[in-house]
Amino acid sequence: MTNPSESVIIVVVSRALARLIQLFGIYVIIHGHYSPGGGFQGGALLAAGVILLRMTEGYRESQTETSTAAAIPLASLGALIFAGTGLVTLAFGGYYMDYGAVPVPGVEEPIVRYYGILLVEFGIGLAVMTALVAIFDDMLGQAPGGDGEHAPAESTGAPPKI
Amino acid sequence: MRILNYILLAVFAGLLIYATVHLPARGDADAPMHRQENVVGDPVAGAYFISNAYRDAATPNMVTVVLADYRSVDTLGEVLVVFTAGVCCFLILRRRLYD
Repeated sequence: MTNPSESVIIVVVSRALARLIQLFGIYVIIHGHYSPGGGFQGGALLAAGVILLRMTEGYRESQTETSTAAAIPLASLGALIFAGTGLVTLAFGGYYMDYGAVPVPGVEEPIVRYYGILLVEFGIGLAVMTALVAIFDDMLGQAPGGDGEHAPAESTGAPPKI
Repeated sequence: MRILNYILLAVFAGLLIYATVHLPARGDADAPMHRQENVVGDPVAGAYFISNAYRDAATPNMVTVVLADYRSVDTLGEVLVVFTAGVCCFLILRRRLYD
């Protein structure tokens, strides 16, 4: 799982498939206002795309996706977007997470709530996606950064040393 | 011991089936969960959500409105649970470069 797949077909097909899965994940997040879905489901789909590439392209090559070092900071950012939206409404004198309290000129309160929900869903999606990727990477047991000393031998098929 | 397990399993299955028989029918308007007032006579929160979700947030999917607007603090807790799971795996499992 840490080494690239030996079959070219698997690598090429999974690259195309991962983009489709992630596109559908973004759709699920954005379309959560009108259909079943939302941040949790969309974030899980986005993470599924990254994890598919981790399994087929190998750990090293798929670092150009969400890299292991960036996963936990991005998860913090997602949770911070959620909590920060609530703090912004506090600053305008409303209750915590009361999006309608933010005065936007020319926009009525329900529309402000609409976009507040959308922002919160983006935060949820980012946090869930990167947290799942971080958990998967930690389960793999690879060294972050991947210098040559601790990295497993490439394409020998040997299991990584734990 | 194996026989005892199966007997226990059968007893619990019978208990669950007995409980589901007495549930109100699907779509029963008189079921307690569909009433607009509880037994004391106070209005129920669910009825408010159903009648006012679109008016409050201009969002057709009322589940999203309940999840991210009315009960968003609850959702914040759920996100923090996922985040905490990620951080715990990071702290326990991730390999250090120098050790």
